[in-house]
Amino acid sequence: MKARIHVTLKNGVLDPQGKAIEHALGNLGFGGVDAARQGKYIELDLVETDRDTAYASVDEMCRKLLANTVIENYSIELE
Amino acid sequence: MKSAVIVFPGSNCDRDMAVALEKITGVKPTMVWHQDHDFDVVDFIALPGGFSYGDYLRCGAMSARSNVMKEVVKRANDGVPTLGICNGFQVLTETGLLPGALMRNAGLHFVCKDVKLSVENADTLFTADYMEGEEILVPVAHHDGNYFADDDTLDELEDEGRVAFRYLMDVNGSQRGIAGITNAKGNILGMMPHPERMIEPALGGSHGRKLFSSIMNRLG
Repeated sequence: MKARIHVTLKNGVLDPQGKAIEHALGNLGFGGVDAARQGKYIELDLVETDRDTAYASVDEMCRKLLANTVIENYSIELE
Repeated sequence: MKSAVIVFPGSNCDRDMAVALEKITGVKPTMVWHQDHDFDVVDFIALPGGFSYGDYLRCGAMSARSNVMKEVVKRANDGVPTLGICNGFQVLTETGLLPGALMRNAGLHFVCKDVKLSVENADTLFTADYMEGEEILVPVAHHDGNYFADDDTLDELEDEGRVAFRYLMDVNGSQRGIAGITNAKGNILGMMPHPERMIEPALGGSHGRKLFSSIMNRLG
């Protein structure tokens, strides 16, 4: 089973890299980008076949390592 | 005073820290490798600066989960004085020993220069030899030193006198100019600037020396 994890900065946390991306897009002539936020995408190949067990396990991985919940949110998709 | 310097792959201020500790305390510190599960009983633990594990995932994230850190966390929670400089500060926040997080500098650039700090609280284990409000000049060298915590945490840090050092200039966008904080118990200090690089005039100044002498005077 594959787990796809998105880690994003929480609302209210300043994202200087996102700001730089937003400016660069503007400089390239792309109008209409109000804001850009940068995050991370992590893909895991899991041996587990039971979805609930897999989800619980990935959720724990996110809390213990993959995301820093002081500043980041995460979302998990299982395939 | 017996001390230990924890060495991670990618630490690069471990030897500066060891030299500073040996010069000031007169005792050569034990260097402890990140894979070790245990190390000698010491009076003081230092987590040095650097780019441990290449800053993979987040600065300090990998180191915070290394073998040796389980023991460091245990001892720090038991009250052993623990100092994290730069990457060491990032490791301390990643373990949860200190609140908040260190994010990419607001200006996006790596900042490498001497900066002015004020000693905000001279009544800590790490700052007792300084005067309250004393201005000191200490170098910074980091890309991710932008201190972030939610407003409640920041208020708590301020109210409890746990902001040990504050920048007197805009360095990296840190909330409320925070350069260094202590834990509630007062035995753990994390700071981005490098006092170990300012311990004698040959290094450009000796304003960092009192940090180490404060600890030594307290611990004997």
